[in-house]
Amino acid sequence: MSTAPLLTVEQLSYERDDCNVFKPVNLAVEAGDILQIEGANGAGKTTLMRLMTSALQPTAGSILYQGRSIAQCRYEYLADILYIGHQSGVKMALSAEENLRWMSPASTSANQIAEALVTVGLGGYADVPCYSLSAGQHRRVALARLTTSRAKIWFLDEPFTSIDKQGVAALQNQLQNHLAQGGAILLSTHQNLAIDGLRTYSVEPHADRGELR
Amino acid sequence: MASARNWNWFHRMGSPRWFYETTGRWLPWLWVLTISLVLTGLVWGLAFAPQDAKQGNSFRIIYLHVPASFLALAGYYLMAIAGAIGLIWKMKLSYMVMKSAAPIGAALTFIALFTGAVWGKPTWGTYWVWDARITSMLILLFLYLGVLALQYAFHSQEAGNKASAILALVGTVNIPIIYKSVDWWYTLHQSATIKLTSAPSMHPDMFQPLLVVIVAMYSFYGLALILYTRVEILQRERKAGWVRELARQAETQEPAK
Amino acid sequence: MIATSVGFSGYLKRDLLLAYRRRGEAASPLIFFLLVSTLIPLGVSPDSARLAELAPGIIWVMALLATLLSTESLFASDYQDGSLEQMLISPQLLALTVLGKVTAHWLVSGLPLTLVSPVIGIMLSLPGEGTVPMMASLALGTACLSLIGAVGAALTVSLRKGGLLLSVLVIPLYMPVIIFGSAAVQAAIDGLNWLGPLAILGAMLSGAIALCPLAIAGALRLVSNN
Repeated sequence: MSTAPLLTVEQLSYERDDCNVFKPVNLAVEAGDILQIEGANGAGKTTLMRLMTSALQPTAGSILYQGRSIAQCRYEYLADILYIGHQSGVKMALSAEENLRWMSPASTSANQIAEALVTVGLGGYADVPCYSLSAGQHRRVALARLTTSRAKIWFLDEPFTSIDKQGVAALQNQLQNHLAQGGAILLSTHQNLAIDGLRTYSVEPHADRGELR
Repeated sequence: MASARNWNWFHRMGSPRWFYETTGRWLPWLWVLTISLVLTGLVWGLAFAPQDAKQGNSFRIIYLHVPASFLALAGYYLMAIAGAIGLIWKMKLSYMVMKSAAPIGAALTFIALFTGAVWGKPTWGTYWVWDARITSMLILLFLYLGVLALQYAFHSQEAGNKASAILALVGTVNIPIIYKSVDWWYTLHQSATIKLTSAPSMHPDMFQPLLVVIVAMYSFYGLALILYTRVEILQRERKAGWVRELARQAETQEPAK
Repeated sequence: MIATSVGFSGYLKRDLLLAYRRRGEAASPLIFFLLVSTLIPLGVSPDSARLAELAPGIIWVMALLATLLSTESLFASDYQDGSLEQMLISPQLLALTVLGKVTAHWLVSGLPLTLVSPVIGIMLSLPGEGTVPMMASLALGTACLSLIGAVGAALTVSLRKGGLLLSVLVIPLYMPVIIFGSAAVQAAIDGLNWLGPLAILGAMLSGAIALCPLAIAGALRLVSNN
């Protein structure tokens, strides 16, 4: 049994144009943990998320998955994470069902996809092309991935944006279920969440950035 | 990172400050070397080398044309290698060298094309022929312009550096293919145009000054690259303590003049 | 563990489906190709002897520009809607994913151009011997153009007005392709062996298939983030 946490971030920093974005980040996430990443607008929450998903390469520091650097177990790690960012990745020309099929693991059955769409309240919209859906519905299409995905760690960047009240409640339920099943969640949001065991991590902008005009 | 310790010398070399201070010590010597080589080569080539039997004095433009063409191509490779080092080892100084090499190389390519055209008029009666070498040189100019345009298209300095480094590398792979293709294309159509192969052998009296100007051009290139990179360093590191210190010293010296 | 084939075929299928949904947009390079070929007789001369002489080169130049026209959008919509970001963090080899996208691009741009080129050949009085070599060289050559163009598209994807810059970047790199492409057609018309230039195009395509996806993947990773 390895005692290493699921995800460890050590002294992580990122420079954009010779200028550190935030103060070095240290955090650890265990199975069943939910971590809310806080910070003012522009503090670097999204940058931090993207670093942790390996979309960006850190300038210094390391990210460990089960004790191993993610550079060493890159594909294993990528298969175990799910990231939903600001832009949902939804293709306007495709229907909700086609979008979800495309964004889900290859072995997902048609039934599972239909169920996932029902879960996010898009049951009747499976065949509607996404350009005729609203912004909130686009986000719901992306969030339906949470049902079809088998990832352990979820990275959710502002998942509640343009989602209505019932949607927020349903999503919170879904997050709780994932935690109960031994998953981990890192999310950034300005909402106050009613989830047990929620921890917060606050991203501090680096002093470098004050000097730039 | 632990492995970084073994690379101390490499990282010190990659430090803009180290580069600025070291080249600062070399600069006076390089100036003297460049000026004396340029003067020797040009005076020898332009005033003392014998006239060409067929072309008369107009052949003397080769003392500018040939070295510029040499450096234009070598400069592209230098730029691409600097870009590759930047990409692989994330060395900022290397990107600065790459960024400086682009306009110098583009200028030399343009000089090579321009002097070629000026030379062509009295010799072959036309400013422009679609000869293999001229065409390749023109494409090289376009490649340089692409790297330059890409470099300045990004708001982010870093994105511009990485993008133009990748483009320079792609160009490097392509240059031999482009040159070979253009050569082949030219032999296909050669019958239609004037044959531009140079004289079979040059007289040593003409050749020796050519060697001197080629060396002079290398030296000039090195000087220009260093000066350009130093400006780039000051601009990029303007927030760093040592640059501020330099600026302060310069200000205090100013009234003394 | 690494589902490599999924990356390639998945993106290939998705991009083909997307192109099918946006048929009008996908057809525009083809229409451009046809339109410009009517400009040539108007601008140069309707005299079939003169057209025949120019046809191989002109058809190739037009095919090149038509391909270039559609290259800009290769990664643009993926970049805007966030699916490029998902592509970067998917557990598939990025180079293969990208190759899937480029293959889809060729299937909807280069291949149709190749298929209609005989019609353009007739309109521009291309001698009959040139038709088969023209199609063969266009098929191989436009695939090279798609691959090379994709490198430029990846480098400029995060720029708002990348289109013009893209052409500055890739046209110099296109030159070997057009040299051998039009030479194959010309050789066939002159009764020479046209398989030589065609073989070189094939070699270029193999090289491009091996190297371009790496450059595209690198460009997307390093540049699209800023």
